[in-house]
Amino acid sequence: MDLLRFATAGSVDDGKSTLIGRLLYDTKSIFEDQLEHVEKVSRDKGREYTDLALLTDGLRAEREQGITIDVAYRYFATPKRKFIIADTPGHIQYTRNMVTGASTADLAIILVDARHGLVEQSRRHAFLASLLQVPHVVVAVNKMDLVDWDQDVYDRIHAEFTGFAARLRIRDLMTIPISALNGDNIVERSAASPWYAGSSLLHHLENVHVASDRNLIDVRFPVQYVIRPHTKEHHDYRGYAGTMAGGVLKPGDTVTVLPSGFSTTVEAIDALDGPCEEAYSPMSVVVRLKDNLDISRGDMICRPNNMPNATQDIDAMVCWMTNTPLRPGMKLVIKHTTRTARALVKDLQYRLDINTLHRDDSTGELGLNDIGRVRLRTTQPLFIDDYGKNRDTGGFILVDETTNVTVGAGMITDSS
Amino acid sequence: MSEKTKAPHDYQLSQLRVLESEAVHIIREIAAEMERPCLLFSGGKDSAVMLHVAAKAFAPARIPFPVMHIDTGHNFPEVLEFRDAEVARFGVQLIIASVPEAIERGFVREEPNGSRNRIQTPVLLEACEKHKFTALFGGARRDEERARAKERIFSFRDEFGQWDPKNQRPELWSLYNGRIHAGESIRVFPLSNWTELDIWHYIAEENVALPPIYYAHEREVFDRDGMLMANNEFCRPREGETTFTATVRYRTVGDATLTAAVRSDARDVQAIIDEVGATRQTERGATRGDDRATEAAMEDRKKEGYF
Ligand SMILES: Nc1nc2c(ncn2[C@@H]2O[C@H](COP(=O)(O)OP(=O)(O)OP(=O)(O)O)[C@@H](O)[C@H]2O)c(=O)[nH]1
Ligand SMILES: [Mg+2]
Repeated sequence: MDLLRFATAGSVDDGKSTLIGRLLYDTKSIFEDQLEHVEKVSRDKGREYTDLALLTDGLRAEREQGITIDVAYRYFATPKRKFIIADTPGHIQYTRNMVTGASTADLAIILVDARHGLVEQSRRHAFLASLLQVPHVVVAVNKMDLVDWDQDVYDRIHAEFTGFAARLRIRDLMTIPISALNGDNIVERSAASPWYAGSSLLHHLENVHVASDRNLIDVRFPVQYVIRPHTKEHHDYRGYAGTMAGGVLKPGDTVTVLPSGFSTTVEAIDALDGPCEEAYSPMSVVVRLKDNLDISRGDMICRPNNMPNATQDIDAMVCWMTNTPLRPGMKLVIKHTTRTARALVKDLQYRLDINTLHRDDSTGELGLNDIGRVRLRTTQPLFIDDYGKNRDTGGFILVDETTNVTVGAGMITDSS
Repeated sequence: MSEKTKAPHDYQLSQLRVLESEAVHIIREIAAEMERPCLLFSGGKDSAVMLHVAAKAFAPARIPFPVMHIDTGHNFPEVLEFRDAEVARFGVQLIIASVPEAIERGFVREEPNGSRNRIQTPVLLEACEKHKFTALFGGARRDEERARAKERIFSFRDEFGQWDPKNQRPELWSLYNGRIHAGESIRVFPLSNWTELDIWHYIAEENVALPPIYYAHEREVFDRDGMLMANNEFCRPREGETTFTATVRYRTVGDATLTAAVRSDARDVQAIIDEVGATRQTERGATRGDDRATEAAMEDRKKEGYF
């Protein structure tokens, strides 16, 4: 069985958590004790109906306020697939948590309240999904029950979103009218929308093709950990453990190790179940090489004719996630693959206006939840690719040196 | 597509192997970046799977960190036996942080209801301080409980071991931030994305050893608040509760005063997989007195430094 990771997105109260509750409920993924619990809490709160959002809003503060604060991860499986859901918060204050949930998603469901249409937060999340290059996006026009399933309302939102998305990088987009509360078009197509010819949400989730979203061409193996048993039996064993970040690696392949630039041959690959003929993402393996080179954590194994760019100058779109603004001259810690270095903010080229996608190049800083184009200079070379080519070698995080908090997420553009 | 025209394979890992790879990646990150990690080993199925995965992550070398058992003193003997056998088999160092011993020297006080669930937290924190552990692996899964569903894979804890659910570090891609100041620590959950069923499928595929109480057996039990409690030295029937023999197994293994058995005929892994696939109760809802206490029992305990 394969795996689909998806995240919800969209503005506050557009119905993200309710939708997830509904999906879990309708696929019979909710246990009796969980259901009894949310029924009881809903009754205690005087709700007319069972509030399915309570299935994911698990924190005390979330239940008190009726909002989502941080991502909830939920799981369900159908005979076709296993799903990992990240139910993210819509509130702008918690954008960093939405980014957390969406960063690993194969698909994002952006909810839009049919009564309100696209609001700034829907645009922000659509933009973030495109920036994070979530390969598949579904726009779910929710609360159709509150607009009497009016096709014009749906068409208008559909057109508006398509217009906005045309300026983004969204590879696969589909739109669907739903009522998360009542379960219309979630598992089965609903009689309420005879004018809608597409599939139900679950049908789409089960069938969307994700196998080709990984990079199987450019071999990238960031060395994570060196395994040296120091035992009699394995006296000379020296293996480089790590997770395949791209391409397909085989025993006998000629490889180059960065930063040294030395080349050698792959002697063997030990996967978790023994010797392996082909390693590819996201396999965790141990690579053994013919020659004894000086290799340690943070080095990158690749093919001699297909190497990432080794550079100390990084151009990236940065999503800023803390109150202290990002400014040129600032020093941060950068984590990229298995490498950690220090980085100096050389330049802030522009800040993006989420509503208009206008580039504001007069700004001197990025505030909380701002997105902008930044140039960094690092203390050591990093081995980078464009984020569009490879999420693992194109993404990085920025950490504050004094608080140790993760304050920024970067996506490398124009690596060459 | 017929078998013949199909490519040798489509470079697709099964979802279970994706989860295994993810767990290995997380465990190796900690070993590479954190000074003194330790793996919490209760002898339960999740910690057994975690230890099994950890061994695979470093093979053919040994697991490069010790394991620790927070011993409440309320143990199932089968579980202690299993713990010692596993520790010997993997050649890892075992540290025992003992709650009864902490009670004896007055570090913690027995709670009126006799449960040691809460008082094990200070004992855990004290042991971490003593051994200067900077990272603790836990086998918790996000599908277990609604507060766990919210927690990061690298969960930052302050110098009091506290979790601040409203202020978690962003966690993107597979880039984990384990940076801490002296006294602070990271709790790490490599099995975050596994479900109970994944655990059992993995146990089946990998032949992971478990304490026998996970499989159906005959046991003297009594009914307490709809839960089947074993009649043993830690838990005796109260007035009005009568004991009887039933065929049961355990879905979770925790403090023996709190952990209930479930009726089951599942005597092998396959039978358990069928049973878990069809069950309508979560494992904690069915078997854990500790989580029934209040609406946010787990969240509150985590804020105090619990797992
Ligand atoms: N009538 C109607 N109400 C809905 C529908 N979907 C959600 N709601 C209601 O809208 C309110 C907000 O729903 P949530 O699911 O909590 O919204 P959310 O998007 O998760 O909100 P945040 O996570 O805080 O951003 C709740 O009262 C829901 O019952 C729908 O399809 N129809
Ligand atoms: Mg929500």
